Amino acid sequence: MDNITKEDLLIIGGVALKSRLFTGTGKYPSDTMIPEIIERSGSQVITVALRRVDFAAGTENVMDYIPQSVQLLPNTSGARTADEAVRIARLAKATGCGNWIKIEVISDNRYLLPDGYETVKATEILANEGFVVLPYVNADLMVARSLVAAGAAAIMPLGAPIGSNRGLRTEEMIRILIEEIALPVIVDAGIGKPSEACAAMEMGAAACLVNTAIASAGDPVTMAEAFGWAVRAGRAAFLSGTGATRKTAAASSPLTGFLGGRNR
Amino acid sequence: MMDFYEYYKTWRDFPIAEYLRSVSESRVLAILQKERLSGYDFLALLSPAAEGLLEDMAQKSHDLTIRNFGRSVLLFTPMYLSNYCSNRCVYCGFNIDNAITRHHLSYAEVEREAQEIAKSGLKHILLLTGEDKVRASIEYLCHCVRIIEKYFTAIGIEIYPLTTEGYRTLVENGVDSLTLFQETYNETLYEKLHPGGPKRNYRFRLAGPERGCAAGMRAVNVGGLLGLDDWRREAFFTGLHADWLQNRWPEVAVGLSLPRMRPHAGTFQPEFPISDRHLVQVMTALRLFLPRAGITVSTREGSQFRDNILPLGVTTMSAGASTAVGGHSREEAVSTSQFDISDERSVPEMAEALKAFGYQPIYKDWQLIGGSLS
Repeated sequence: MDNITKEDLLIIGGVALKSRLFTGTGKYPSDTMIPEIIERSGSQVITVALRRVDFAAGTENVMDYIPQSVQLLPNTSGARTADEAVRIARLAKATGCGNWIKIEVISDNRYLLPDGYETVKATEILANEGFVVLPYVNADLMVARSLVAAGAAAIMPLGAPIGSNRGLRTEEMIRILIEEIALPVIVDAGIGKPSEACAAMEMGAAACLVNTAIASAGDPVTMAEAFGWAVRAGRAAFLSGTGATRKTAAASSPLTGFLGGRNR
Repeated sequence: MMDFYEYYKTWRDFPIAEYLRSVSESRVLAILQKERLSGYDFLALLSPAAEGLLEDMAQKSHDLTIRNFGRSVLLFTPMYLSNYCSNRCVYCGFNIDNAITRHHLSYAEVEREAQEIAKSGLKHILLLTGEDKVRASIEYLCHCVRIIEKYFTAIGIEIYPLTTEGYRTLVENGVDSLTLFQETYNETLYEKLHPGGPKRNYRFRLAGPERGCAAGMRAVNVGGLLGLDDWRREAFFTGLHADWLQNRWPEVAVGLSLPRMRPHAGTFQPEFPISDRHLVQVMTALRLFLPRAGITVSTREGSQFRDNILPLGVTTMSAGASTAVGGHSREEAVSTSQFDISDERSVPEMAEALKAFGYQPIYKDWQLIGGSLS
């Protein structure tokens, strides 16, 4: 474990996490890859769509491949309203998936963009029922503030639309969330490359959730490992405090040179 | 508000053949660089010029499919409840004039059939009936849903078109998806192919998917029966239909099927048979036009072809299918099928084939969430 990050724990819902990379279970050619992806990436939180879990399966079941040591983060994929998200969350709890829930309320099948209003409603209901709620939302400060008030445990803004691998397109908005929201801000969706996860961590994101970029890679296991490094590197850089940057070399003081001395 | 028919009419008289001839390869190359395609772009991808760039289209289709759906294919199977039918569709084995054995599953038979299918591990089922509003009534279907929801987590219907209220009743009773093929979007040809029975009503059928959306169906699947009319036109209107539905009901998962005419009882043979190459062109053009749409390929297609087109945009496949009423549990069901199956692989065989190609077979992708937990 890298020295600078080993004592740096992310606490969510009373659980202390050493790894700040969250992974997923969707889109893999085979669920049998999941244990190795967890191991090589170091990820300690994995999200799983309840819609895909078949507890009575005679066939293979994704849950069979998720190590016991990993924090399960069931998600409400497929929910179109707060009511549906709440029902799925309760089903997750009732079927032994624990009390963490990632709320996804998506009523737009073309871009899969989250519905902030319905997400806030579901968050309030489920937080009151004792769930540790991690809502997936647009990078929107007002929605994020409502989620804080509703009892969310973290905020999960998207970097770009789900599955797009387009990177941190909402960077400036995420930066505002990081500055203004006291809860952990976990960048979810859109991250396509390890360098983008690293950049999100450098600017102070608490964690990144990466699924498609790993699952759609030619070698998902090695890509998962690369994301593990990238997230650690970005976090270490953030903790170290990056130096100020300038767009041009600045050797002289053209406007204040007449004053003499150093005016940089 | 404009219905799809009104939108369809704005395109119906567009000189499609002339436009298709005018499309150049460089135009197609430019379209392949775009992210969001217009109707004209989509039509251009169905042109003869685009055929020369099929590999480029396939590569892009593959990439879009992997990003949106992953390396996985949802498996389902049809369950035929009844083949009594009051229609005279000239291309269909269930045509009232065809001397086939008719059967309508009793509730006990529905349960046995469901039990038999469920042994395969499938969780998504598609219920089919002929158009017989007395035997295969909405009440009958609701009762069937109550029986089979013990065995399956997602229940779709592919039946005669209903009113919005009819669809709503089924949704309230646990049906979550609707499949309704227009067969042909060519209104004149449609009349010729449907000489008798309630299915003659082109516009009532055409508006069926939008009524399903309005009634709260989670997923709605449209398609044209390829082979009845010029495939470029049929594919174009199928794509326009799906796109129009998706724009109007963004919350619904709009999907497409590409059923290709198969031999069946009766004498009708497709006038415009579509080749494998052109079916691939249709599939990849649809994927580029509608990156998020599910694309279903049924067991009408042979196993080798299904294997080959797997990476090109397919998201959903039927498996272990029988098109006979009670085909999984009734020995006497053999002679009652709607069309012949080409890919006769069982569900485990299909699952193994998918795995061998690096794809994950998905048995469950939705679950009824009503009931006591609400």
